[in-house]
Amino acid sequence: MELSLRMTLPSSEGYIAIVRLVVASLAASRRNLAAERIDDLKLAVSEACTNAIEANRAAGGSRVVEITLWEGAERMEVCITDSGSGFDPADLPEHPPVTDPERLNFERGLGIPLMRSLVDELRFDPTPEGTSVWMTLFGGPAGDAGDETGEIIRVVTSEDT
Amino acid sequence: MELGLEVDDSRPPYTVLVVKGEIDVYSAPRLREKLVELVTQGQRQIVADLEGVDFLDSTGLGVLVGGLKRLRSHNGDLSLVCTQARILKVFEITGLTSVFRIAATVDEATTSSTS
Repeated sequence: MELSLRMTLPSSEGYIAIVRLVVASLAASRRNLAAERIDDLKLAVSEACTNAIEANRAAGGSRVVEITLWEGAERMEVCITDSGSGFDPADLPEHPPVTDPERLNFERGLGIPLMRSLVDELRFDPTPEGTSVWMTLFGGPAGDAGDETGEIIRVVTSEDT
Repeated sequence: MELGLEVDDSRPPYTVLVVKGEIDVYSAPRLREKLVELVTQGQRQIVADLEGVDFLDSTGLGVLVGGLKRLRSHNGDLSLVCTQARILKVFEITGLTSVFRIAATVDEATTSSTS
């Protein structure tokens, strides 16, 4: 797997639109994925960034979110890393079935179930230093992808500059 | 991208809220404020027209669920207008297609009040 994108962003919701634009554009131009899958990726990345920002904020202080995109012959992976206090996906509450009136009390917590059904593989790697979410989409490089390999885009932003 | 929110009150008793752009964790609070404002003004039959929405995340879904809950507690309803596959898919995955009444056009949403 080769790294082709690295973005480091402040923990602000306003930057998530940039992340999904960059990740989706890079995936669309370099990978053999249907437009519908690019939409899936866009939403999954957005949900992961939302959670990462929330985790960073809960941990306090100035923390960044790191986004990397890795490409292989048969798959691509996107990793979103926060520096929050870690989290266990097994602790998530189950949503009541949609027929249950209680279902309307769940306005939050829809992000992870969404991510699970949007990407081919979803993996959480929680550590005391933060959580990485790995999302995999199967599919090879696009036929007309360029010959570039290695890190193609690097974006680093800071609210201080 | 800027979130567009326009109110069309030319179809009483329905109030149509035309939403355009991207609804995500950044922009969803504005949608929530607008829905709360309409309910506070006394609107009880709100139709959210999502045909101009390019992106909808789970926070946006949560705001719509919150709006529906608020309206139902006032004997009202929040129905949606949406035909875009990529937006409908988000409702389908989360099982919310059976919670909301989703119409194909504003005309349909504002004429069939039986449900």
